[in-house]
Amino acid sequence: MSATLLTIFFSALLINNFTLSYFLGLCPFFGVSGRLQTAFRLGVANTFVLIITSLATWALNTYVLVHAPYLSLIAYILVIASTVQFVEMVIKKTMPALFRALGIYLPLITTNCAILALALFQTSRGYGLVEGLVFAVASGLGLMLALVLMAGIREEAELSNVPRLLRGTAMSFLIAGILSLAFMGFAGLFGGS
Amino acid sequence: MSSASGRFLPEMAKGILRENPTFVQVLGMCPALAVTNSVLNGIVMGAATTFVLVMSSLMISALRKLIPSQVRISTYVVVIATFVTVADFSLQALLPAAHHEMAAFISLIVVNCVILGRAEAFASRNPVLISIADALGMGLGFSFALVLIGGVREVLGSGSFLGFPVFGPGFEPWVVMVLPPGGFLVLGVLLLGLAKFAEIRSRAATRSTAEEPR
Amino acid sequence: MSAAGGSSRSEVLQLVATLTIAGVFSGLSIVIAYRTTLPRIQANQRAALERAVFEVLPGTTRLERFSWDGTVLAASTADQGALQDSIFAGYGEGDALMGFAVPGAGAGFADTIKLIYGLDPAGEHVLGMKVLESRETPGLGDKIYKDLKFVAEFHELVVEPVIELIKGHGDKANQVDAITGATISSRAVVKILNQSNAVWRPRIAALAAQPPAAPGDASSKAPALVPPDAYRGGPVPGGLTGDKP
Repeated sequence: MSATLLTIFFSALLINNFTLSYFLGLCPFFGVSGRLQTAFRLGVANTFVLIITSLATWALNTYVLVHAPYLSLIAYILVIASTVQFVEMVIKKTMPALFRALGIYLPLITTNCAILALALFQTSRGYGLVEGLVFAVASGLGLMLALVLMAGIREEAELSNVPRLLRGTAMSFLIAGILSLAFMGFAGLFGGS
Repeated sequence: MSSASGRFLPEMAKGILRENPTFVQVLGMCPALAVTNSVLNGIVMGAATTFVLVMSSLMISALRKLIPSQVRISTYVVVIATFVTVADFSLQALLPAAHHEMAAFISLIVVNCVILGRAEAFASRNPVLISIADALGMGLGFSFALVLIGGVREVLGSGSFLGFPVFGPGFEPWVVMVLPPGGFLVLGVLLLGLAKFAEIRSRAATRSTAEEPR
Repeated sequence: MSAAGGSSRSEVLQLVATLTIAGVFSGLSIVIAYRTTLPRIQANQRAALERAVFEVLPGTTRLERFSWDGTVLAASTADQGALQDSIFAGYGEGDALMGFAVPGAGAGFADTIKLIYGLDPAGEHVLGMKVLESRETPGLGDKIYKDLKFVAEFHELVVEPVIELIKGHGDKANQVDAITGATISSRAVVKILNQSNAVWRPRIAALAAQPPAAPGDASSKAPALVPPDAYRGGPVPGGLTGDKP
């Protein structure tokens, strides 16, 4: 059991990294990853939302959608969006400091494809509560890792002499490609050992 | 009506090149990269996205005066999710093999920012016919981008186009192109090429305007 | 999202009404789409499953589903029991039992590999193996289903004591040659088979040993199942049964 959880964890964190291998959550990846600190905070907020998503998905799958699997997509979207909004309000009231650090990212994240993808993957792979949580944490950390790496590289690139045409999106994609290549090296970490 | 139908074609054309959602607006990256390791996947994903775009634009534009602005985003999302679910079931019934390959990414059309973006920025403010033109154009532009990326990746990475081999048997496939890094790299290079193209064009344009007065 | 302070009652009502209408419309369209496409989808899934089972159990013309309910294997239908808890008995000409198709899954090089393989009625030989889903590297790892020589290794493969993966050329009946350049993927396939064997062979043996109490046309199926003696010879090695129930 613990071996499976470990596999889920490292698989979602490194081998099948949401951003670099499934192309999920690319909008913040390219949009926000210019600053290291922003990237880090966004990553934390992301992980947080993913955990809520995982719990909500689990509850939906166990108690509601058994009777109407065809409504799953709508249910995930609505429930995730409203849960996140609810939690956002609670945090705003109870922990203003945390809200100031993460709050502005929360609405942005709710419409992020990584969130819905987590719900879909968790369902299609038949993860239970614990497995789902591990998967959510690892995916969130994976997103954060990709964001932070990207931000670090882009901060450096700003100081270097980059050909004019390359500046901006094109370069971000090429950097992401190279990062993704590097992450391919993690494949086989668990396979058949 | 005549003015509306007169705007139909230009509204449609802008999405294909000038405001192409993938290459110019750089939106909806997730499906553009995740499923484009073959041309066929690109076509199917493009068609499904276009279907959802057109249907939801039609719906939202027709109801735009009835939807209160406080709940508009939730309403849009419900409408979009409905059409995505319909597309998902239809694909499962008609093209099970293609659906099997893309499974989760079909559902992820819901969160494709292009669709919600068009609903909010265009369909909620324009009459039905023009909104459909806009959606159709954006959908076609998106499909065009997917097919282009898918084409480059499939030709280089598998040595085939739509499954038909294009090179001789001696071709050693450039495998990384059909893997995730290939998606990033191909799109990066395409964007670079477009930037160069735009630069040449604008330089030519300024030169021609500079020469004209003489 | 909450309405502004001075909002009147009718305004709130309008918001709720809009969302309700949207919900009703969406529910209706989804249910209609679901009902219309369901037969086709189910037919597709059944066809895909049958294709896979017929491929790993050569000579099969009809299949019967059995699910593990925690204690015994019992005949089941597609809506009972999860797929990973089910195997498929394949019957050939004259309703002779050709073997069991067993689904398996495990970590591969890139992602989970899902496969299905056929065991002969006595549970001693693998008759065929088909990869259903994988994200193995094209050109290397995907040889686990593209390399016909590797796939052919899983025909008449002895499962006792365990299936072994050999780099180079294995000549024993329980050995599989690894694919050059894709050792990890090949090893993953072998590992999945061994793990599933450890789980399913005792269950299949128990099924054959139990009195023919299968529901429905029990009389036609009973003689087809193998005599219980076929299993006495080969207990599953302890090292594997302890691995994962």
